[in-house]
Amino acid sequence: MTAALETIGLHKRFGALIVANDIHFRLDAGARHALIGPNGAGKTTLVNLITGRIPPSAGRILLGGDDITALPQAVRVRRGLGRTFQINTLFRGLSVLENVCLAVGEHHGIGGDMLRSLAARRAVLEGGYALLERLRIADDALTPVRELPYGRQRLVEIAIALGLRPTVLLLDEPAAGVPSTEIAIILDVIEQLPDDIAVLIIEHDMELVFRFARRITVLVQGSVLIEGTPAEIAADARVREVYLGEGHHG
Amino acid sequence: MHPIDTLLARHRFRAIELLPWLIAVAVYFVFGDYLPLGSQILIMILFALSLDLVLGYAGIVTLGHSAFFGVGAYAAGIYAAHVSGEPLSGLVLAACAAAVVGWLSGLVVLRTTGLTLLMLTLAVTALLAEAANKAGFITGGADGLQGMDIRPIFGLFRFDLFGRTAYLYCLAVLFLAWLFARRLVHSSFGRSLIGIRENTARMHAIGSPVRRRLLTIYTISAALAGVAGALLAQTTQFVGLTVLGFQRSGEIVIMLVFGGIGRLYGAFVGAGIYMIAQDQLAKLEPAFWYFWIGLLLVLLVMFARGGVLGLIDRILRR
Repeated sequence: MTAALETIGLHKRFGALIVANDIHFRLDAGARHALIGPNGAGKTTLVNLITGRIPPSAGRILLGGDDITALPQAVRVRRGLGRTFQINTLFRGLSVLENVCLAVGEHHGIGGDMLRSLAARRAVLEGGYALLERLRIADDALTPVRELPYGRQRLVEIAIALGLRPTVLLLDEPAAGVPSTEIAIILDVIEQLPDDIAVLIIEHDMELVFRFARRITVLVQGSVLIEGTPAEIAADARVREVYLGEGHHG
Repeated sequence: MHPIDTLLARHRFRAIELLPWLIAVAVYFVFGDYLPLGSQILIMILFALSLDLVLGYAGIVTLGHSAFFGVGAYAAGIYAAHVSGEPLSGLVLAACAAAVVGWLSGLVVLRTTGLTLLMLTLAVTALLAEAANKAGFITGGADGLQGMDIRPIFGLFRFDLFGRTAYLYCLAVLFLAWLFARRLVHSSFGRSLIGIRENTARMHAIGSPVRRRLLTIYTISAALAGVAGALLAQTTQFVGLTVLGFQRSGEIVIMLVFGGIGRLYGAFVGAGIYMIAQDQLAKLEPAFWYFWIGLLLVLLVMFARGGVLGLIDRILRR
């Protein structure tokens, strides 16, 4: 079967510093995969390489079997690669519904449409609103994002990515900065993501990782240390050493 | 009301939007002696409106918008002086010339952001001003371009001494430009510009061709600024080097900030108040009027961010 997303020998160096070292990584359709590792392991770098925010020094990236290594960020997105950001990257002055509808509009291909067709706009708004209902933030549809509590802003972060109807979704620490009382809401949303989306989650919260992931990849100093099922990872001595040997990061 | 309907209703036409046009028509009948000033105000409103599209909506901070105003003015002026005095074809030519300059400079300028972008927009204006100065054989150089003979509009409406035709001509052009700009900012394209202003990184991440969108609006805005410049050339039958001056670029930003950016009507309020204040203050204090403009601006920026319209918004919401 063709992988939803695959990296082949992905390599990135900044001068003498190697931040991604020969990474072979595969995400199957419908995968629930977690990427963990200590701070500075290169997790966000990997996401930035896959999404095209930074170019790799060597290696290839395949999306649904097609080589996307040379494609610009926006084209990768239109081909089904969605992401969220570790730090909220939202349209803060706009309402929640408008935030999501920007994404839905781009997905429908009407983002550059200058001759407004109200019917097309309504279809976009309805699509966006349905998404808000699914994520249970429809009450705040008209609230400007900057006025929302942080936890709900994290949900908008996910809603925008889902508005693109991605086949592959990269969640960069979706629960980062969320108070523990609100983490459950985010967990619910992540667990209820549609089955046909391949999801890669980068997360420090081990409880979240082990509840969500069916496979886990451990990244250390830019290299893949081990990949396996949650049980294999939990039992692995090297992983314990990385996490427990040099203090807690999770 | 359902949130979707609320959001759609925000784009619908409201009665208050007729107000500027009612005032403009009333001015024609009531202040007949002031029509030349009125035409100037309408022209500056159009110029400010074009700036609002890039500065207010797309968040492109430019101090070089007079480049396009000036190109439009010279294009229309040279056309009238050497080719034909027919005004409407002059407007179209000016729009095209300014659009080409906007597109070409946008290709370079829009690769940058922030201070670099600001400096580059200034540089484009300075280059064009110097070019206009050097090319005196066609632009008239420092003496200005003269010898235009603008023919009647549609061959019917002659430009009169009192500026009545000029006023109505400017008003009609501004009205059409406003219809176009209004439709544009409420379109999906317009919304995506706001998205770029609010968060460029996220627009990239949702697959939006950010650079292309910016270049498109920059070109459109340049064309509208060019039309404003052409109106000035045609109604005053003169083009001087000041149309490309840095001062005009700065003033138009001040006018827009004054009225409120990213609101479409900030241009009307800002340019209106600024031009009238300038006219009145210059009469009262011929040497000192800039001081009061400056003071007003300081107060506005300190106490009324969002300009006059932002202030009104806040008072109404209370």
